[in-house]
Amino acid sequence: MAKVIFDEDRCKGCELCTTVCPKKIVVMAEDRINIKGFHPAQVIEQDKCIGCGFCAIICPDLVIEVENKGAKTCRKEC
Amino acid sequence: MARPKALVDMSQHYCPGCTHGIIHRLIAEAIDTLDIQDRTIGVASVGCSVFTYKYFDCDMQQAAHGRAPSAATGIKRVHPDTLVFTYQGDGDLAAIGTAEMLHAAIRGENITIIFVNNAIYGMTGGQMAPTTLVGQVTQTSPYGRQIETQGYPMKVSETLATIEGAAYIERVSVDSVKHIKAAKKAVEKAFRYQMEGKGFSLVELLSTCPTNWGLSPIEATDWLRENMLPHYPLGVYKDKGGEQA
Amino acid sequence: MSERVLMKGNEAIAEAAIQAGCRYFFGYPITPQNEIPAYMSKRMPKVDGVYLQAESEVSAINMVYGAAGAGARVMTSSSGPGISLKQEGISYIAGSELPCLIVNIVRGGPGLGGIQPAQSDYFQSVKGGGHGDYRLVVLAPSTVQEAVDLTMEAFDIGDMYRIPVMVLGDGMLGQMMEPVEFKPFQGRALPAKDWATTGTRGKRKRNIVNSLYIEPQALEEKNLARLEKYRQIEQREVKYEMQDCDDADIVLVAYGTTARIVKSAMKAARREGLKVGIVRPITLWPFPAAVLHNLAETAKAFLTVEMSMGQMVEDVKLAVNGVKPVYFYGRTGGMVPAPADILEEIKKIYGGEK
Repeated sequence: MAKVIFDEDRCKGCELCTTVCPKKIVVMAEDRINIKGFHPAQVIEQDKCIGCGFCAIICPDLVIEVENKGAKTCRKEC
Repeated sequence: MARPKALVDMSQHYCPGCTHGIIHRLIAEAIDTLDIQDRTIGVASVGCSVFTYKYFDCDMQQAAHGRAPSAATGIKRVHPDTLVFTYQGDGDLAAIGTAEMLHAAIRGENITIIFVNNAIYGMTGGQMAPTTLVGQVTQTSPYGRQIETQGYPMKVSETLATIEGAAYIERVSVDSVKHIKAAKKAVEKAFRYQMEGKGFSLVELLSTCPTNWGLSPIEATDWLRENMLPHYPLGVYKDKGGEQA
Repeated sequence: MSERVLMKGNEAIAEAAIQAGCRYFFGYPITPQNEIPAYMSKRMPKVDGVYLQAESEVSAINMVYGAAGAGARVMTSSSGPGISLKQEGISYIAGSELPCLIVNIVRGGPGLGGIQPAQSDYFQSVKGGGHGDYRLVVLAPSTVQEAVDLTMEAFDIGDMYRIPVMVLGDGMLGQMMEPVEFKPFQGRALPAKDWATTGTRGKRKRNIVNSLYIEPQALEEKNLARLEKYRQIEQREVKYEMQDCDDADIVLVAYGTTARIVKSAMKAARREGLKVGIVRPITLWPFPAAVLHNLAETAKAFLTVEMSMGQMVEDVKLAVNGVKPVYFYGRTGGMVPAPADILEEIKKIYGGEK
């Protein structure tokens, strides 16, 4: 099971993570703003996450951590 | 993706979508991988990169505009067993610091330059850089860069490839996951070469400046792909180490 | 080594630096200081030191910045036009509070000027030639022996206060040969360079060498702390030579090689019964203002002699503060004042012509 964790207050709302997700599950939280005043990125459908870590790789602000409980951890993968 | 040890746990000042943050992470990851954090000395330059000294959790010096390779030379000569890297933008490196960059390479100085090319001056508000593309509109090329009066964009990696003293020169990009992965390998390789005493290395990273390009971060990565990649082809321009990239 | 050897001023300065523990030299050729880098290029490899000829003075001073920040005893040398190019780096070195030695063997200016001796870089040296609020300690030797002694001490002063130090000579001092003695270097007790970027080596938190303070409050605080340091230097490090001033009607003020010529004029004046003394500032900053201020009570007038159009004379005037007249005599462009000309000026003051 993979899980995406967001350090939400570090997010600057650039949306780059939303463009690289193969499952298109990274979306902006239009219903709230973070401490910096941005709509932060989020994943609601965690069960669809395949743990590829692409969102974390492209994030310029180290907001995203992907936990992959499978054989390969994201860190080694990317 | 866990925060690399070599990166201070703080929010960086870069604009939303600015790819400096990605490049910072790649450098810190390479330092972690080589396990040399306590033997690394970085040199910040002038431009958006000026605050780099705050972000890397290792000894840092802040150098005058364009002079980072000279400061790095001084440091490296005093502590040859350390990893010494500079972090410079295109204005700093390819305009005011051309001589310092070129001669560090000519001397084969055993340092690594991390060269962030986003084709514009960021910190001062988007002026034309030596790497600004032909026709590109900036604050000081409001009609687009004109070849007749402003010349052609400078190709740093191609230029340095002609320098005998340069050991490793590669151009990479951080516009996509695939390219970021390749960029990570390049940074790591440059650092490894330095620790092996192979000599001067420079990694040019094509980067975005959404704010001064007047584009959203997503549009900016598209613009990089469509405009910068054709003019600045990715690849290894010099590799004295003999191994394939 | 304590026997006396005959050496050129420039070479003696270089040897003194090595004996004081300097192991890093970054330079660029310019007349009339070329014997310093030439000597260093020969000697440094023999003492496991680094000699590096940079692509410009701009680059050389920034190598000094890096090496000084890395904790090394380091120096550069140049002359007028090259020192101008170094000013940016010197400002950064001062702002980052790094110690180093900069030797300026002054030639006539402005512009490319000439290659003959001059003292036309006084303003640039003592008033902060680069941007921002800062000082250099400026040492002005008048003999080759003094150049040796001051060069050695310069490194200690730099390390003690974390401040760039300049040895200000001129083409005459650099080129002349005189017997010198290299006394065993007796260094001061100095604080550890625990601020230097050496790599943390797992022993401490990171060090940052920097002169950027975006918050104005922080920058003012930093500058005021530096001002406090400057006050300490002014209290502790002033050096001057004073001769025959007790009964002097006219106090001559001159530094460097010019002071030697002025002394000849002074002796000639004394032989003619004219009561003339001399104050020779050895530190141009901190300037020996107090001694001149006190002499203004007993002397009738001051005559400043320089190889310039009149630069140090402004500091003499500030010290005397209008209490007595301050006159000036100078030659410029590489011309050297003759003792007879200075004597003439002394007589003019006596005769009320000035």
